[in-house]
Amino acid sequence: MSAARPRRPVGGAGRPWGLWGLRGAVLAYLALMIAVPLLAVFQRGFRDGLGAFWGELSSPIAFDALKLTVLVAAVTAGINFVMGTLTAYVLARYEFPGRRFLDGLVDMPFAIPTLVTGVMLVVLYGPSSVLGGWLESRGVSVIFAKPGIVLALLFVTYPFVIRAVQPVLLAAERYEEEAAFTMGASKWTVFRHIVLPTILPAAASGALLSFARALGEFGSIVVVAGNIPRRTLTAPVHVFGEIEAHNERGASAMSVVLLALSFGLLLLVDWRQRRKVQVLRG
Amino acid sequence: MADTARRFERTTAAPVGEPSTEGRVRPRLSEWIVIGAALTYAATLLFAPLGALAWGALSRGIATFFRVLSTPDALSALKLTFLLAVGATAINTVFGVAAAWLLVRDRSFPGRRLVNGIVDLPFAVSPVIAGFMLIVLFGRTGWFAPLADALGVKVLFAVPGMLIATTFISLPFVVREIMPVLQQLGEEEEDAAYTLGASRWRTFWSITLPGIRPGVQYGVLLTFARAVGEVGAVLVVSGSIVGLTETSTLFIFRALDERNPVAGYAMALVLAISSFVLLTAMEWTKRRRSSGV
Repeated sequence: MSAARPRRPVGGAGRPWGLWGLRGAVLAYLALMIAVPLLAVFQRGFRDGLGAFWGELSSPIAFDALKLTVLVAAVTAGINFVMGTLTAYVLARYEFPGRRFLDGLVDMPFAIPTLVTGVMLVVLYGPSSVLGGWLESRGVSVIFAKPGIVLALLFVTYPFVIRAVQPVLLAAERYEEEAAFTMGASKWTVFRHIVLPTILPAAASGALLSFARALGEFGSIVVVAGNIPRRTLTAPVHVFGEIEAHNERGASAMSVVLLALSFGLLLLVDWRQRRKVQVLRG
Repeated sequence: MADTARRFERTTAAPVGEPSTEGRVRPRLSEWIVIGAALTYAATLLFAPLGALAWGALSRGIATFFRVLSTPDALSALKLTFLLAVGATAINTVFGVAAAWLLVRDRSFPGRRLVNGIVDLPFAVSPVIAGFMLIVLFGRTGWFAPLADALGVKVLFAVPGMLIATTFISLPFVVREIMPVLQQLGEEEEDAAYTLGASRWRTFWSITLPGIRPGVQYGVLLTFARAVGEVGAVLVVSGSIVGLTETSTLFIFRALDERNPVAGYAMALVLAISSFVLLTAMEWTKRRRSSGV
């Protein structure tokens, strides 16, 4: 941007109260909608002291719920990392029948209500369905078990890695890849040594975002998991249970942990992106 | 004036997204393995469940499908979902345009970085926690309880609380969709308008707003889709009073709970179809934006 641009009437000329009114309104709205409610939950979590806070979290049910949530979120992020990178690569580099169709439907999981996702999985894999009954007879239970939770999370977080990697692949300069081909490198060598290092940061960011999203997922899991304490009860469903049981202290303690985890992840992704931008600029 | 702006945008704004099929190659036989893996994954993960739902909802005949959806409970649930989504989208659109403008154009806005960070937080908050925040705020000992009492507004287990919760969880979409469009739009035309003596308000209406329209449209669609599908947040604050505070998603939730899968599947299919309509509209907006029409 050049320094010599016309003076804009921001702040100075005209009616400064108009601008300040707008600024004030937006700040007040954000404070009331986001900051104050979040603070209230944190305050509620610690109101009865640290001892009570830890007491709520260290109950076996709460602790196992947290452990399960982190576990399934990690599995989801890992699978997304691999399959999302693969899908993005295929979409960006190959022309094949159905490419446009798949590309258009990548965002579908963001548009479909999460509860509907859960219902769909129950219809497909539930004990009374053909497929579910067949799996059950072979000793594999999907619904009301951990595989169902992971399937729901994979559905819900499908776009994250793909949408993070795709623009990087499309914007990448191709001459390095072409040079490597010319020198006789195989497709796989080129992918491993040239393409992968380029897209790895984006794929990692996407996987982290899908991890954060998986931590808080409720709508699909509540239908699929069966919510059996210490076995298939995840942390957000545990929060719901505590609210229903009028145990605000328990609900807020778990909420504080989940919020801290996902805000931490968000900061991490943000920091990584900012660092990347600085590297590009410098 | 708006027309000129749009024509100008068409020639200057770089097309976003797809840079045509250039650089894409037809796969060789061995590479079909990778493509096959991606397609199989998408088919089993995304499409098989969709097909199963369609079958599950329609297997008892189309007449049953419509019968369970035309009960008063189902209709009032659909109506409430629609009203909440419209309300949340309207609020978030007005706020989103204002916030995006401040974040991109107002360089002397104090706390710009803070606001930029805070706007995204609703995406990182579990919907259940979003609902729980309102219970904490408006519950018996909540900070806002005296205010709500004084105003005589019932927030919890009523529609106002559900509207706040829905607005919260879909808050970032419009802001985030407009910001890049506003950045890309540049300030030359706005500067020209100022130079010609237009007021800030006039410039906004005739230059900025037409310019960011594609971003607004996409953001509105995303917000609406998200608001229609919300379950966790409204479940917590609604109290699920049948016919009064029961949205479509809560209707499904209750139908499954009461072992009435026919009604639950039918409503789920309606929501799935509506999200496909919204998705198609989004694709259309995106394509229009990238072709610059």
